[in-house]
Amino acid sequence: MSDRIRPRYTAWQIFSVPIVLGALSGVGLVTALVGDGPWDAVSWLGLGLPVAVCLWYGWLRKTRSL
Amino acid sequence: MRAERAAGAPAMQLQEANHRLLSAKAIRTWYVVHKWTSLICTVFLLLLSITGLPLIFGHEIEDLTGDTVDAPELPAGTPAATMDRVVAAGLDGRPGHVVRFLFWDGEDHPNATAPSQDAPPEALRTVSVDSRTAAVLQEPEEPGGFMYVMFKLHVDLFAGLPGMLFLGFMGLLFLVAVVSGVVLYAPFMRRLPFGAVRRDRTARTRWLDLHNLLGIVTLVWVFVVGATGVINTWSDVLLAIWRNGQLAEMVAPYRDKPPLAALGSIDTALAAAKAAAPGMEPRFVAYPGTDFSSAHHYAVFLRGSTPLTSRLLKPALIHAADATLTATADMPWYITALLVSQPLHFGDYGGMPMKIVWALLDVLTIVVLGSGLYLWAVRRKGATVPISETEEIREQAA
Repeated sequence: MSDRIRPRYTAWQIFSVPIVLGALSGVGLVTALVGDGPWDAVSWLGLGLPVAVCLWYGWLRKTRSL
Repeated sequence: MRAERAAGAPAMQLQEANHRLLSAKAIRTWYVVHKWTSLICTVFLLLLSITGLPLIFGHEIEDLTGDTVDAPELPAGTPAATMDRVVAAGLDGRPGHVVRFLFWDGEDHPNATAPSQDAPPEALRTVSVDSRTAAVLQEPEEPGGFMYVMFKLHVDLFAGLPGMLFLGFMGLLFLVAVVSGVVLYAPFMRRLPFGAVRRDRTARTRWLDLHNLLGIVTLVWVFVVGATGVINTWSDVLLAIWRNGQLAEMVAPYRDKPPLAALGSIDTALAAAKAAAPGMEPRFVAYPGTDFSSAHHYAVFLRGSTPLTSRLLKPALIHAADATLTATADMPWYITALLVSQPLHFGDYGGMPMKIVWALLDVLTIVVLGSGLYLWAVRRKGATVPISETEEIREQAA
């Protein structure tokens, strides 16, 4: 049965990556409001990383059986 | 429930697993909430996210299509014309028109400024005038064109305030759909590592995984853009509250005074406003008799100089005949909330890279909306629990 092979994740394990990415997005949304220049760059990173994560896991990563 | 029909042991395992985070009943309830709020709002959210895409690049598209006003290159330090001359140039050759608003359009075409005129809002026309030479840069145009259609579809479906409020309600449903989606993410992901997209399974499983992945990763952005969009649909209502509240109080002493015979110099009024708010620059002026002023005042709305404070407004009411300051005040919190929500919805406060990221997030949202619709369309008939749960049962029973 797949249950023996596949672990069962806790809420913390399920949400840890989304929480980190959510926090990054939040920082990205706010920093560009605060200032220009480096603030903008932090903002691009904060919002850009979640986009990169979507593209990587969603399409770019080589197929792997799960 | 399908789980009960499946083999006994896995069903018990499922129930046991459910108890860890959510009861099976709670999952079902959240699933129904997610399904129905999504079903009602998805068509409109698709419309909003598709029309919103060109709007992110509105200025750039207008540049390409030649719809922007370009002020001629002049030597740096060319002195500015008086605003009285600028206003006179805007009115020249338009008998029977009056100036209603005066606003500065510094970011896109420095030194262009536009007095606009006439009675009902639909009759407002904008004239762009070079603030250094007082030369007319662009004559008024009838609204129209691709960007106008995108804008109207995005803002009010060509249906005015009711259309705006309707889209706002769809936005609220969307926010509920987002929250319920986050709750459902846990039971769906109980046996899958983050980022799992089961490509070797059926198309439905693949799209379910993609829906969950893109949805949870874009969550904070989509929630902020959704919530600020909802706030923006209330702008007319919030401005009406401000007019009847703070503005009415500020101009109360003038309520019964006779109308002004003639308007004084706008330059003197601007100087008085700047003196009342050091370090701030005028963003727009509402002329006497408009919704944003009284019958007796130039209402000068000033802004600060940081990315955030340049979005905020501070009104200074200047008597239109003698240029004395009647009152100045900070905007109430609900107007400040509206003004702050605007950049957070538009994504226009961090340069071109931010616009590109904004557009990518928008496209990802379109994928989430579209895949959600697809998952509903190919749902298993009679299934009352989330698809992946039923699938797990099948696998384990097999």
